[in-house]
Amino acid sequence: MSTPARSRRLPQRPPPVFVLLGALAAAFFAIPLVGLLARAPWSDLVDLVSGDVVLDALRISLLSSLAAATLSLLFGVPLAWVLSRVEFRGKSLVRAIVTLPMVLPPVVGGAALLFALGRRGTIGEPLHDATGFLLPFSIWGVIVANTFVAMPFLVITVEGALNNLDGRHEAAATTLGASRLTVFRLVTLPMIAPSLRAGVLLAWARALGEFGATVTFAGNLQGRTQTLPLAVFVALEQDRDTAIAISLVLVAISLGVLVVLRDRWWSRA
Amino acid sequence: MRRAVAFLGLALAACGGDGDRSVRVFAAASLTDAFVEIASAFEAEHPDIDVELNLAGSSALRVQILEGAPADVFAAANEPAMTALVDAGEIDGAPVVFALNQLTIATPADNPGGVTELADLARPELRVGLCAVGVPCGDLARDVLDRAGVVASVDTDEPNVRALAAKIADGELDAGLVYATDVVAVEGLASWRIEKQTNIVAPYPIATLADAGPDADAFVAFVLSPDGRRILTAHGFGVPS
Repeated sequence: MSTPARSRRLPQRPPPVFVLLGALAAAFFAIPLVGLLARAPWSDLVDLVSGDVVLDALRISLLSSLAAATLSLLFGVPLAWVLSRVEFRGKSLVRAIVTLPMVLPPVVGGAALLFALGRRGTIGEPLHDATGFLLPFSIWGVIVANTFVAMPFLVITVEGALNNLDGRHEAAATTLGASRLTVFRLVTLPMIAPSLRAGVLLAWARALGEFGATVTFAGNLQGRTQTLPLAVFVALEQDRDTAIAISLVLVAISLGVLVVLRDRWWSRA
Repeated sequence: MRRAVAFLGLALAACGGDGDRSVRVFAAASLTDAFVEIASAFEAEHPDIDVELNLAGSSALRVQILEGAPADVFAAANEPAMTALVDAGEIDGAPVVFALNQLTIATPADNPGGVTELADLARPELRVGLCAVGVPCGDLARDVLDRAGVVASVDTDEPNVRALAAKIADGELDAGLVYATDVVAVEGLASWRIEKQTNIVAPYPIATLADAGPDADAFVAFVLSPDGRRILTAHGFGVPS
């Protein structure tokens, strides 16, 4: 990693205790992965992951997680900006509510979505009566559940970046006559770009792995709402080889994206 | 740091139990209410034995036991889950059928879809749920639908029967196939009988694990006793004659 930012730091000899604890922490994450790989049905892997169930789940997972990341970006950035720059009463309550999905068990989040947006929900019922549109048991339900659990990661990442921003550049642009949206687009956004990318990536990763809120709110039907994590869960009940094979697909996608994007995005930062 | 280590030690000690006798019972999710009651009745009769219930889908429990989870008794909602453990040499002796269950058509209490028979599950405008394939109630539902010659228009394959029952009771689904016992246990459900000639009786087998102690045998004996049978019947199960 010879990034300009990092190479400026003097090389340090690591304290032995950090090396030891750090190695233990890394092993803690690596060992379950090794367990998964050791159980993998390598000889049948191609057959297992090219079945209809896996391909359907892959399509729905990619579609819904990308949609959730996009929605998080579209709504999350303005929300983060407001939380960072505007003073209003009850702001800490709003911030707490926005980050609640990060600590809430996803199943509870899914149930709450169902009570609000389901067919007999507070908003869902009048919406259904007026338009006939229903979120649960559809791909839209999967996207809503994914966005619900994913967007907080983007909001807190971007808000943190906005809070740490040196305000002089924005102030200068304003003095020179740029409109507020122009300042945001030409000054603020480029300055928070690394955090924005990290936030999108975190939100996408969280959406890809989403299980509890999805199964509770959107149900589980192959080809319609069954994502890769749901397919793993169902397969675990019948055929472990298939379950492990699907898990490997998830691990491969996640690792691939995290390794490639992280290195590219962070080193540019 | 030292304090953190001490806390960790305390937490581990708390997990280790206090040396009392205990029976770890792995029971199918559909047995939840009946087994909670059976466990407390058994503990009342044997104050020195503690019953620990692990309730989940039969197939999930099967996987847990095969992966080495410590169990003394296994009560399954279908025979394949038990057979898999017998074949793996995990079971002591032969499993015994202790309860019978069957499926019924469940709708929300106000039955908005006007569902009364299996054929209604084929109506595409209705929201219909089943248990997923591989879960006992899901496999049983598909067998019953096959026998009735009905191709259900399914909107969701739920991971377990209680999740399905809850969605029907909440009115998110118009109909689904759940156990007769779930209609007793879950509020807000109406049930519609499946014709006798199409319905299938599901036997629930129970057995002790190969390395279980005598307390496990005592628990199984209690389940099979008149007291155990009375509790099972009160929760909607049939008992073998």
